[in-house]
Amino acid sequence: MTLKTNTGKTIRAVLVDDEELARQVLREYLSAHEEIEVIAECANGFEAVKTITEENPELVFLDIQMPKLDGFEVLELMDGDTAVIFVTAHDAHAIRAFEVHAVDYLLKPVGRERFEAALERAKQRIAQKAEGQKPPAAPVAAELAATARPPAQYPHRIPVRDGTRVFIIPVAKLDYAEAQDDYIALLAEGKKHMKQQTIASLEEVLDPSRFLRVHRSYIVNLERVARLEPYGKDSHVAVLTTGAQIPVSRAGYARLRAILDR
Amino acid sequence: MHPILTNIRRLALYLVAWLPLGALLAYLMAVTAGMTWREASVMSFPLCLLYAFICLSAWYACRANPFERAGILRLVEVHLAAALAASGVWIVGAELLAHGLAVAGYFPAILVRMPHVIPLLLGTGVLFYLLSVNFYYVLLAVEASQEAEARAMEARMLTRDAELRALKAQVNPHFLFNSLNSISALTSSDAAKAREMCVLLGEFLRRTLGLGEKSAIPLEEEMSLIRAFLAVEKIRFGARLRMEESVAKECLGFSVPPLLLQPLVENAVGHGIANLVEGGNIRLEVKCGGGNVYMEIENPFDPEAPMRRRSGVGLENVKQRLAARYGERASMQVSSNDGKFRVSITIPAERTENTA
Repeated sequence: MTLKTNTGKTIRAVLVDDEELARQVLREYLSAHEEIEVIAECANGFEAVKTITEENPELVFLDIQMPKLDGFEVLELMDGDTAVIFVTAHDAHAIRAFEVHAVDYLLKPVGRERFEAALERAKQRIAQKAEGQKPPAAPVAAELAATARPPAQYPHRIPVRDGTRVFIIPVAKLDYAEAQDDYIALLAEGKKHMKQQTIASLEEVLDPSRFLRVHRSYIVNLERVARLEPYGKDSHVAVLTTGAQIPVSRAGYARLRAILDR
Repeated sequence: MHPILTNIRRLALYLVAWLPLGALLAYLMAVTAGMTWREASVMSFPLCLLYAFICLSAWYACRANPFERAGILRLVEVHLAAALAASGVWIVGAELLAHGLAVAGYFPAILVRMPHVIPLLLGTGVLFYLLSVNFYYVLLAVEASQEAEARAMEARMLTRDAELRALKAQVNPHFLFNSLNSISALTSSDAAKAREMCVLLGEFLRRTLGLGEKSAIPLEEEMSLIRAFLAVEKIRFGARLRMEESVAKECLGFSVPPLLLQPLVENAVGHGIANLVEGGNIRLEVKCGGGNVYMEIENPFDPEAPMRRRSGVGLENVKQRLAARYGERASMQVSSNDGKFRVSITIPAERTENTA
């Protein structure tokens, strides 16, 4: 049994796994830690996003393969300051897990020692956050990088959240994305969805053969571009099949021309 | 092994091939060495028979000096020396035969003509011997190319066998990891259930072991395998996983390639049930008739589910195995609509032989 930590402050945790037995293992390991309070358990991605948004826990144990949303999509829709420990049977996602700043990556079947180490790391991360420090880079990332494989494909959908509700935008339905301060506006099927993400990070995950950054603040679906029109003295706009007009920078124009002329 | 000596029919053919040479020899003896036609024919045929056997020895010299590897000088040396030796033996034989014939009183004048015959025998002897050498080299080359082809064929067969075995033996490791995690959970909450799951998992693994060696098993055995697999998954997924089985009894004895249906059921769980909050029914139907066995697996799925990396691998595997085993006689259809994913397979109805 571990002694209660000196601060006496409880850490509120959420367990997310579609298998009851997998949650049970975590529950049992956590029962030895009085400072951790399991406030909720979720069995699918939607539930997880709703609970995490509402409860804003400090710590989340997150399975990767689940109904509705996978663990990465859940993480994408979470607000910034929750520590996440992935728990999965698949070793293939480890690199990606550390890229999204997960605290740790536990493999099923989960051993007690490994679990304790992950929990310790999470507590440190939470304590640092409380003190306003920047979290250090995950120490085992390089180690795991040697054995794990990077994701081989671009996502085929983008999850967005409105309050506690989750929407799924299939990538093929996305017309364009526009940067707006800390958010991006995603336009699909005549609807506008806001997401807390930078346009650069969205550009990174989209298939470059289908999407192009035509402007500092705009990414466009190439299939939607109907024509290019001059705008003002030396800039252009792209007119989409939906009728929307997207500003195109000079560099963006050159790239777009090259693709459209091909 | 000598290619001609070890086979009576080939030996007969070989000797027949020497008959024209015997006739040629008789002609030469009569025309160039001044023998009478009777003397020449009586002499030439036994001599040819003798020389046919002497020339058989050329094969050993050829085999010991492979054409591609021995140098040309060495080849000339060896075979010329052997040809001279063979001719020498032949001449001695001819002398003995002539003496015999003379002493027996058939051709008293034959000994006088022998000095003219000896150069002729030496010439033809060397020539015939070298012809045999030539013949054996051709034979060895043909043999070598046939052997190479057989080896290549065998290698191809072995590769395919190994591939098939590997395909069959694919028990998904994540299934094991997840099952072990479930067992680990049960050890403290429900020890009896943990034990039950260990036993079920053991049973499933044991059933899959050794299946890689078999090319076919009775459908009944495949069904037991599927039931063991689902029993384990049932503990993991609880009420979310349900099975609806309608298998016609008369089909159970027909043979199927091992682990043909199990990967499909595994897909149904992993890509279907696992992505559904409420889970669903996996329906397995087997019918037989018209000389075919018809199998269908259907499961609900979430068309909007997060994409899974492995999806499609299992299906491709099954398809390849069906094609390799049955060719055109088997067919497989995959369809998905109304949130149902369906795989239908038709294979010829065959009985498994020598299975207990």
